[in-house]
Amino acid sequence: MNEQKTSRWSESFAGRLLSGLRFPGAGLVKGLAVTARNFVGSYFEKDRLLTELYPEQRPRLPENSRSFPFLIYDGNDPEAGMRCVSCKICEKECPPQCIYIVQDRDAAGKALKRPRVFNIDISVCMSCQICVEVCPFESIRMDQVFEASSYDRFGSLVLTKRDLLKSNEYYHGIHPTEAAETDARIEADRKKKEAAAAAKAAKAAETAKAAAEKKEAPAA
Amino acid sequence: MSEFLETAPVWLKDWVLGLLAGFGVPGWILDLVAAGMVVGTCIGIFLGLFALMSVMERKILARCQNRYGPNRVGPFGLFQPVADGIKMITKEDIVPAAADRVVHFLAPVVMMVPALLVLAILPYGRDLVPVQLDAGILYFFAVGAGTEVAVFMAGWSSNNKYSVIGAMRAIAQMISYEMPLVIAALTAAMVSGSLAPQAIVEAQGPAGFLPGWYVFTPWGFVAALIFYTCALAESNRCPFDLPEGESELVAGHLTEYSGFKYATFFMAEYIGMFAICGLFVTLFLGGWQAPLPALGFVPSWVWFFAKVCAVAGSMVWVRATLPRLRIDHMLGFAWKFLLPMGFVTFLAAACWHYAGRGPAGWLASLAIVGAAYVALSANFSRRFSLERRVYQFSE
Amino acid sequence: MSVMPPLDSSRTLDVSLGPQHPSTHGVFRMNVTLDGETVVRLQPVFGYLHRNHEKIAETHSYLAAMPYTDRLDYICPITNNWAYALAVEKLAGIEVPERAEYIRVIVGEFTRLQNHAALLGFLAGDLGGWGTALLWAFRLREKILDLFESLTGARMMANYMRFGGCRCDLPVGWLEAARAVVRDAHGQLDELEALLTGNEIILARLQGVGALTGERAINGGFSGPVLRASGVDYDIRKVDRYGIYDRFRFRVPRGTAGDCFDRMMMRLLEARESVGILEQALAGIPEGPVVNPKAKQRGLRPPAGEAYGRIEGPKGELGFYLISDGTDRPYRYRVRPPSLINLTLLEELCIGTKLADVMVILGSIDIVLGEVDR
Repeated sequence: MNEQKTSRWSESFAGRLLSGLRFPGAGLVKGLAVTARNFVGSYFEKDRLLTELYPEQRPRLPENSRSFPFLIYDGNDPEAGMRCVSCKICEKECPPQCIYIVQDRDAAGKALKRPRVFNIDISVCMSCQICVEVCPFESIRMDQVFEASSYDRFGSLVLTKRDLLKSNEYYHGIHPTEAAETDARIEADRKKKEAAAAAKAAKAAETAKAAAEKKEAPAA
Repeated sequence: MSEFLETAPVWLKDWVLGLLAGFGVPGWILDLVAAGMVVGTCIGIFLGLFALMSVMERKILARCQNRYGPNRVGPFGLFQPVADGIKMITKEDIVPAAADRVVHFLAPVVMMVPALLVLAILPYGRDLVPVQLDAGILYFFAVGAGTEVAVFMAGWSSNNKYSVIGAMRAIAQMISYEMPLVIAALTAAMVSGSLAPQAIVEAQGPAGFLPGWYVFTPWGFVAALIFYTCALAESNRCPFDLPEGESELVAGHLTEYSGFKYATFFMAEYIGMFAICGLFVTLFLGGWQAPLPALGFVPSWVWFFAKVCAVAGSMVWVRATLPRLRIDHMLGFAWKFLLPMGFVTFLAAACWHYAGRGPAGWLASLAIVGAAYVALSANFSRRFSLERRVYQFSE
Repeated sequence: MSVMPPLDSSRTLDVSLGPQHPSTHGVFRMNVTLDGETVVRLQPVFGYLHRNHEKIAETHSYLAAMPYTDRLDYICPITNNWAYALAVEKLAGIEVPERAEYIRVIVGEFTRLQNHAALLGFLAGDLGGWGTALLWAFRLREKILDLFESLTGARMMANYMRFGGCRCDLPVGWLEAARAVVRDAHGQLDELEALLTGNEIILARLQGVGALTGERAINGGFSGPVLRASGVDYDIRKVDRYGIYDRFRFRVPRGTAGDCFDRMMMRLLEARESVGILEQALAGIPEGPVVNPKAKQRGLRPPAGEAYGRIEGPKGELGFYLISDGTDRPYRYRVRPPSLINLTLLEELCIGTKLADVMVILGSIDIVLGEVDR
């Protein structure tokens, strides 16, 4: 029944002796031997006890681990450096509809490219990360904070814009690889825009120069 | 030094009694005090062992399963029984409205008292037997059977059909396993020539390069295994915990018990387990005898309790490994395998003795038990169709 | 259906097993009628975990339904994702690049391995084995879940598959970690096997219990290891050859008696075959994109039509039937749940057995209530 014995236990003397036993009751003896080996091994082999003694030992979270979303801001001022432009794509695509955004308007009533209200109800959020995937402005990412329990179900579990805004340095701290890629993308976009703007400016200057020359020519 | 430790308990008792006699205390009070000291020490030790066992069982099980056991309360979690005790005592005691209140109250008591009474005849050390009874083994089984009545009282008085079914299964199991238990015990008693536990221990005196314990003879080994298996069944422990570990039908006969009554049942079960381990050690593992004469400097009561703890630890090991037997398997195993095996072992022990206890006796008894084991297990396997299967594969 | 004898209600006992019960693998209820110790009638009652999954998927976009598929068979989230992605790819005609197919096979077989190991543990627990086998199986499962967390971000609800590939690429060092887990897997399966398969008590309790013939299994619509334990040679990985399974050498085990022991052994043998596939896939994975760049995820509007995408999930044939009407929401979204369909003949399997066997039979069929009730 068992073709591939590739473990050290099976190939050891004890393992081969036990697996060759054929008397009635041998299965029980084999089981007892395996349990005894686990008992002794749990004191000496490091990889047997996988329990993390929380809260004395902090859990070792891998880099990609995700819990709930947060908003990124660049620089020191959260409100001024906020990347979110209130496009509302994440609100639309969120499967359980846990995001609530209200766009900011200035005194005259014109829409501004920033949210006035940005709430995420983390009692509804299922950490699916779709909001992160669909955001075109690299402004919402997944945090790693999992100790978010509270006694107040409807107040403390709705995170407002102020709770959600965290700096780019924080993002680099929790997801370094992803943050580096995001920064590279933003940099590349910025360079492309600068190059396009420079090309447009050069073209406009050239057209103006040509127009000026044309104006001079018939005059001449 | 070792002499002093060996005789320390007796010396202590005599010292206290002498002190009291010096104050002019009358003789009958001295007798009462002596009895009280012995009983108090005995119960105190076993309650302490029970507390230690309840946490060590969880920790040993945990280590077999590659995890830590309880490790929050006290160093290495050793104060866990205190926390458990506080929890049990402060729980609400619920008695169902339609239950028979008197019987419901008495069942834990009837369970606890025989478990404590049987501790009286076990020889804890060379001179440490609380009560010297010539028919000690008979007393053990007679009084110990009182716990079975308690199980049925618990199930019946709860007025709950699941409890009754659980209790009936428990009774069937306990009665079936009494027979091989007694026969295996009688084997050791027959060879020793006495029913008194002290005499049985002394008959297993040091001999040759192996200790003279009965477990090191062919018939004794088999009888010890039979006794051990039946001890597991009598204590309702895995793999025979169908009555209590009913994952199919709620919790069996203990469904309607909560709080301190449940704690009493729990305690009685563990003390009963220690009592049967003590009898096992007495009958087959040489009681308070040291394995080698050179190790005789260790006091005899240390050997006894070390052996009892080792046997109890092995019961935890078995619990970690083996799953539960179904009721028909369990009863079939008792009646169709253990009981005939017990009789054959009895016969083999007699052959061993009458062949002069020498090599001829060894061979004869080995042949008898070996043949019986093969025949009975073949029959058992055939009845319950335990086959090795070969599987086919397709590419 | 077997002919049931007339029930004399003064002799029989009605027991309701569940919905809260330590051994029913979730909120599942069985109304069992007992004659002494023997089962004479069994009526399953389910629906306690119904969460309107199909209706939710029909009122959301195609991408938004993907995280909900994680929660169907919650022990094997990634294979649920894969089946749904397959169905949408068939509907919209999306191709999958080669590296993505390799990654799909790797995470799919890891899922199968941890599911079968967990099942061996759960079955031993149902038998009264006090959690030893379960915790050993979970030791293997922990390492696999750690791999999933470093790849997808979540241990269980991975939300990893996308239409035309996978959501993200393997992080640095993941392949080495995966190879280390695969190297240890055989040893851990050996331990489970040594504990469980020779044990006379387990043999006595599982052999001959709940026997299902191949013909009844086919008529009942069974699939997966339960079907193969009854002797039918049907594995969708071999039949449909979806993904790139035809590039790997692996065998499909077949049982003879179709009883609970054969079903348990199927899982053990298939777990070993999964380790073999993993070794081949981890050795041969090529470079390349992990998602088809032309595939749209957000705002996908497949052309009108229907498609049925199915995979050999660890529980059986998991299928998604989609009807599209050209908009960004499916017109009809239907899940073929293997756990529910494998429960069809539960009563027939249990009649005549003892009460203790009912739990064992239910455990050996391997159901997850998230899938049964959706």
